[in-house]
Amino acid sequence: MRRWIRPALIGLAIILAILAPVGQGNYITYVLTSWLIFSIAAMGLNLTLGYAGQISLAQASFMAIGGYTTALLTLAGWHWMLALPVALSFCFVVGLMLGYPALRVKGHFLAFVTLAFNTLVFLILRNEEWLTGGNYGLVGMPRPDFGLFSTMKQHHFYYFTLTITIVAAVIMWWIVRSPWGRAFKALRENPIRAESLGVDTRRLTLLAFAIGSTYGGLAGALVTPLVQFIEPASFGVAHSLRILLMVVVGGAGFFFGPFLGAGVVIILPEFLRFTEGYYLIIYAALVIVMLVFTPKGLIGLGALLRDRFWGKRVARGDLKQGAQLK
Amino acid sequence: MSQFLQVLLSGLATGSIYALVAVGFTLVWQAAQTVNFAQGEFVMVPAFFVLVGTHVVGLPLWLALALALVVSVVLIGALFKKLVVEPILPSGGISLIIATMALGILLKESAKEFYGAEAQPFPAMFPTDPINIFGAVVSMQDILNLIISLGVVVLLTLFLNRTRTGRSMQAAAQNPAVAEILGVNVKRMVMYTFLINAALAALASFLITPVYLAKFSNGETLGLIAFIAAIVGGFNQIRGALVGGLLIGVLDNITATYITAEYRAALPLVLLIIVILVRPQGIMGTSEGRTV
Repeated sequence: MRRWIRPALIGLAIILAILAPVGQGNYITYVLTSWLIFSIAAMGLNLTLGYAGQISLAQASFMAIGGYTTALLTLAGWHWMLALPVALSFCFVVGLMLGYPALRVKGHFLAFVTLAFNTLVFLILRNEEWLTGGNYGLVGMPRPDFGLFSTMKQHHFYYFTLTITIVAAVIMWWIVRSPWGRAFKALRENPIRAESLGVDTRRLTLLAFAIGSTYGGLAGALVTPLVQFIEPASFGVAHSLRILLMVVVGGAGFFFGPFLGAGVVIILPEFLRFTEGYYLIIYAALVIVMLVFTPKGLIGLGALLRDRFWGKRVARGDLKQGAQLK
Repeated sequence: MSQFLQVLLSGLATGSIYALVAVGFTLVWQAAQTVNFAQGEFVMVPAFFVLVGTHVVGLPLWLALALALVVSVVLIGALFKKLVVEPILPSGGISLIIATMALGILLKESAKEFYGAEAQPFPAMFPTDPINIFGAVVSMQDILNLIISLGVVVLLTLFLNRTRTGRSMQAAAQNPAVAEILGVNVKRMVMYTFLINAALAALASFLITPVYLAKFSNGETLGLIAFIAAIVGGFNQIRGALVGGLLIGVLDNITATYITAEYRAALPLVLLIIVILVRPQGIMGTSEGRTV
């Protein structure tokens, strides 16, 4: 791809994101805002899964931890901007702890440990009524107010979320491009070689979990003022699976995959609404079909089509540097 | 004491059905490295086939059960392997996990849309009269469930260890390349595994649905418990899945009766995390060895 195409596309995407809610009703704006929020959560999981190769089925529980922490603090009178760092640090620490099992087990075992963790968080939120309100959840969290810029209106909250999303994406871009990011990829591709090249795989695995979880927490901290009502059922295992689906549908390991994936997972059901009860059936069938034909996700589909119609320069494998090491 | 015996026996009865599901899960994992997240739905669906047979078509119960078994083996055995596992397996475990999750949603929502969202009563195959064993009052149904499930697991083990086909299936699971060289038709063996898994799921469905009623959402907890049973017992051993299933059935009942009903669902999860951290190969399993 030519050098200028990528920045141009990103610029276009941002302009589109700014223009998207103009002239739309509250409901559409709400859907767009939740698209941004889930993109953040999926971005975090993409770091853990797509870049570092550690499967996690607990992203929704970090949204819950971030969301409930923010909710409790803002209900106690804190400003959202002050509650946010507390929520994020909390998620970072819990994510770090969840990373420890990942040091011992891989693949499907890790999937189950994280799944179990998610269910445990759900049970605690449901049963500890004195703190979390149990099944009834928490209601009436205020939206952040910055004096001149209040986010009470749906459109304003959208732009507020968009700003935070862009900041989060830039930080993620920096992480992925930094030596850390390359070390994450090394961890995914070949842990033994990474270790032998002096990469501290232990610390990196933990970090991958902690940073990914913090992004989940950020998403949770944004859901709280958006919906102004949180309950345990919004953070169950099914939602972790949805976030995982976003990452895989978009294309795991691609920077823009999560945005595309979250868009498909959040917005496609709105288009399928006319099918009434059948939309989940159609939706699940589409996911299976997609995995059969483009296992790398929708971004992979683009590459697949490009290879098909444009042809590709193939470097001879045996002449590549380091080929004999394989 | 008699209460404890009662709790223990009914725990074993439920646990043995979990074990059936967990055994199927383990077999599919060994043969095709497929972690089937739709396993719970595989147990939910056959009950609905029976209901369609008896209520919609008007068949007698035994015929409906037999037909449901056949339909299940074809749909969630053969078609599952051909249409979902075979094309997606080459692109990696995580893709397959997502695909089976999607399949689970597909089955669940289909049962809800095409049959009904309410829990449907399901005809019991056995009398539910209470019987008295050393002061413990247990239903006949529980005892027969326990006997049948254990019997099936024993038969399956005998089949795998004593017959030529069974041993070929094990060879195909352990080392497909060598098995192929030695003349085992690996593809066919893998297919048999999927068929057996479907049959086990159907049997578990017929045994457990009279107790739980037929509901589209039955699979959610059942599937999770079966995975946990498989992992806790030992992922690479049939007897591991059996022990895991029984253990979870009993512990679940004991927790609910004596300790806490609120955190009842948490117990298998805590057990899972402890086992994975302390003994990842499971209680009965042998270590698979792993890289890094």
